[in-house]
Formats: sequence, C-alpha cells, structure tokens
Amino acid sequence: MSRAPTIARRELSSYFCSPIAYVAMALFLVACCAAFWRDFDAGQPAEMRHLFEWMVWILVAVIPLLCMGLLAQEWATGTIETLMTAPVADSDVVLGKFLGSLGFFLVLLTPTVLYVLLIRIYGGAELGPIVAGYLGIVLVGAMFISVSLFCSSMTRSQVVAAALAAAILILVTIVPYFARERATLSTFWRTVVDQAVFNRYSDFSKGLIDSGNIVFFLATTVVFLFLTVKVLESRRWK
Amino acid sequence: MPEDTQLISVQQLTKVYGHVVAVNNISFGVAKGQIVGFLGPNGAGKSTTLRVLTCYQPPTSGGATINGFDIFHQSEQVRQNLGYLPENVPLYGEMKVEEYLDFRGRLRKMPRELRRKRIDYVVERCWLQNVRQRLVGQLSKGFRQRVGLADALLHNPPVLILDEPTVGLDPTQIRETRKLIAGLRGQHTVLLSTHILPEVEAVCDRAIIIASGRIVAEGSPDELRASLRLSARVLVECRGPAKEIQAALARVSGVADIELLDHAASADKQYVTAALRSKEGYDIREEAARTVIQHGWPLREVRLEHATLEEYFVQVTANQAYAPATVRGNAQ
Repeated sequence: MSRAPTIARRELSSYFCSPIAYVAMALFLVACCAAFWRDFDAGQPAEMRHLFEWMVWILVAVIPLLCMGLLAQEWATGTIETLMTAPVADSDVVLGKFLGSLGFFLVLLTPTVLYVLLIRIYGGAELGPIVAGYLGIVLVGAMFISVSLFCSSMTRSQVVAAALAAAILILVTIVPYFARERATLSTFWRTVVDQAVFNRYSDFSKGLIDSGNIVFFLATTVVFLFLTVKVLESRRWK
Repeated sequence: MPEDTQLISVQQLTKVYGHVVAVNNISFGVAKGQIVGFLGPNGAGKSTTLRVLTCYQPPTSGGATINGFDIFHQSEQVRQNLGYLPENVPLYGEMKVEEYLDFRGRLRKMPRELRRKRIDYVVERCWLQNVRQRLVGQLSKGFRQRVGLADALLHNPPVLILDEPTVGLDPTQIRETRKLIAGLRGQHTVLLSTHILPEVEAVCDRAIIIASGRIVAEGSPDELRASLRLSARVLVECRGPAKEIQAALARVSGVADIELLDHAASADKQYVTAALRSKEGYDIREEAARTVIQHGWPLREVRLEHATLEEYFVQVTANQAYAPATVRGNAQ
C-alpha cells in the first residue's frame, strides 16, 4: 500500500495535462452553474439541495469521462508493463489511481464553494445541510470513481470503458429514480430500488447524515476497488 | 560454473497461452557480470521469457531465480533487483524526462538525496542532458529508448533485462547504445533480447539462440562461429573443364562434398568455381590448390568462405521459425 501515494500523485498531475479532464471539468461546472442559476433567485429557499441533486446526475456523465483512461490507457500503451515490473503491488496501483482521481474530483468540486459563499451572503443559508451535502457528493463521487476504475481495468479501449461505466451508473442511479415513481412496483423491486444511489443520496442533500448511507457508499466503493485488483491479478492467468 | 554466481537461473520454464506453447521447457543461467544475448526470430518466445523473468506474467510450469530470489514467491524482491526495458519502451508521454525518472525513483522508494544523485548519473550516462526538461511524448524513438534505459539503470540493479534495446534506432544511436550496454559489463548482469546478430557479436559474452520456444544453440559468439567453421566451405576458382575439375578435387583427401557453383551470373564463363566441404579437422586449401596446379588449370582463387553468425542463425532457426506452434493436449 505504501507506494499508492506516489501513483496517486502522478495520476493527479497527469490530469492537468489531459484535455479530457478539462472537458469533463468544463461540463461539470457549466452544468452546476445552470442548476445553481435556477435556484438562486428571489423567493427560492436558501439551500443547495437542488444543486446537490443535480450534481449526481451530472457526475453520471462526468466521472466515466474522467476515469475511462485510468487503466485502459495503461493497457493500450503498454505502460502497465513498466508499472507492474517495478516493485509495486496490484493494490498499490488500484488504490493509487483511485486516490489520484478522487483528488481531481475534489479539485473539480472546489469552484462550487463559490456558490456556498453566494448563498450564505445573500440568502443566509444554514451551513449544516450544505456540509452534509458535500459529504454525500464526495461519497457518491468515490463510488462512481471506483465503478469507472473497474470498467477501465477491463478493456484497452477508453470509449468502451466510459460507455460501460456510464451504463452501470445510469442503471444504479437514474433508472431507480424513475422506477420509484411507479405505483405498481412489487415489494421486492421497491426494496431494491430503495437501495439505489439516488434514494440514499437524497438524504445527504436534505442534510441528513445516516450512518447506513455512509456505510453503503463506502462498502460499494471498496467492493469495486477489490474487483479491480482482481481484474489486474487475473491478467497473470491469461 | 558454480551455482551461486548465477544471477539469472532458469529451470525448465514453460509458458502456454491458450493452446499455443510460447516457451517450451527452457533452462539456462547467466553468470554474474556477464552480458548474454537472447537471440531468436520474431515470435520465438524471447519477450515471453523476459516477461516471466520480470514477474509480469507467471510461468505455466518451471521456475527461475533472479539474484537468488524466486520469481513466483519473492516477486517483490525480484523486481527490486532488476531493471527492465520492455519492448517498445512504454512511457508516460505527458511527463518530463526528469519528472518521469523521479516518479520511478519514488516508486522504488529511493530516498530524495540518492534519487537526485542517481538521476544525475543516469541522465549523463544515457546522454539525456539536453532533453531533461522535455516532455517524454515529444522525444524521438532513440531518446525514448534511452529514457527507458535510464529508468532501468536508475536504482543500480544487479540484473538488467533489456528487450530489444536497439530496435528502431538509427545506426549512430545503435552504436552508442551498444557502447553503453558494453560499458555495463562487470557491474551489472545483463540479459538482452535481439533478433539482430551483429548486436550479439558486438556486445555479448554469450548467446542463447531460441526458436519456436526452444533453445536451439548456446555459446559464446566465437564458439558458435567455430561450430560453424566445421561446415564452412572452401571455394576454388580455376579455368578448365568443369567435370574434370570436379572429379579431381573430389579425390583430394579430406574433402567430404563438392559442388560446382552456378556460373551464369559470373562475367567470365571460362572459370569454374567449386565449393568444397571438408571433413572435420581437415584444412584442404593447400591440397586443393596443388591438385589444380598439377593439372595445369590456371588457378585464380582459393578462399575459405567465412561463415557468419548470421548463416548459423538462419541454419538453426530455419526449420523451426515458421513451423506452427505446438498444440498441446490433442494426442492425449
């Protein structure tokens, strides 16, 4: 594990050299700005709940873009060979890449702090729910990155990695959101849908910190990181 | 050679991909301080062997040790003890040369002071001073190769494994790179793969020739050449009736085989060139010359055709190079 920070640092700095990262960043910030613009108006409640909920939708598109190259590119260019023949463990590589992306994701979130300032100054919003919202978005981001990293480990093609990751994220985030509104849902499916990302996330955006939700996001993140390590290991048996 | 001086030791290594046997039960050793060439046509199993030795892929069966560490059970120690230059030198293009080397040093947990000192050293050693601050992605093939080599040397490993270190370089760069590798003799143990013969002759103490996953010959370049000289030919060029010349030369003691070379291409149709193969241990040149002169045929040339390593290589690999890979398990 001790070499993960070195890999994370390299990954983070390589984001700043990548046009894709800037495209994803622009996409995210423009979409956030539009969402905020709608809410930041006279007569609207002084809260960022809608913005946070919008962010999750946007991240479904943005995180796969950010993470598609993490391992797919290493496979495609062969740099994985140089990396893995240095004395690093598979888990170092996966954890390093994950932390590097998480770092970039935090950088991505930083400009939105501006909205917090605006809404504090002009609306006198409470800080509590906003902090909870940020905690939630970081947890959601971590899970999305983990899923995308897993997809990126399975293919040499960045496009395939991004499409696969987006498909999984849509399936666990957006599909249950609409499914929940159907009254005819059976008990079983209702239970399944209630577990899904959006439902759990909306608690955070309301300012509710539930340890069950935290555990859910952390556990899913860890499971996908673990699966990614297994995919890396599996190349040895091919 | 005593076992403890073998820095690379490979025992009955086999690697199978699906149904294709890439490496078939090979064993060899490389002694400390030696430079050994791993020679073979494309697709012979060179890179696969090197990937197994560098712990990138595990063997299907058999094993190997690097500096005494087992590639399977002590993979991390093995990787600490070797520097590896993969084929095609994959590098992170968005990093600067110095940045990249620093990253590699950090990965190897080199302390800051040592890292700085070693980077200075390898940059100078691999002639990278002028590109230190350039992006790796903008470098030419030759420079990238040197960056890869600098990376392999960075932590001063006892064992270096170089996969085709000179492929794609221009002649000057090839000569420089070979000089660099030859300069490592004694301090490092080097196993380098190549399909270029002069490379082995220029830098290697020993060559291992591999074809279709098997070792087909092994020895120093001189030994390989010597084993070749046995089958070398003596060319005798003289003027006279072809049939009679052939008959007379065939009677020379020590001649195993005689053949008249096709003269259609020659400018001078009157001359005949006979190619003689001698039996083992005979030098038939003087006797052949005497025979020709006794018969009164004007003799123009008697020459020992120097066999090159190249021909040897073609000979030993020809039968196997394009044979389909062995398919396992269908006869059981």
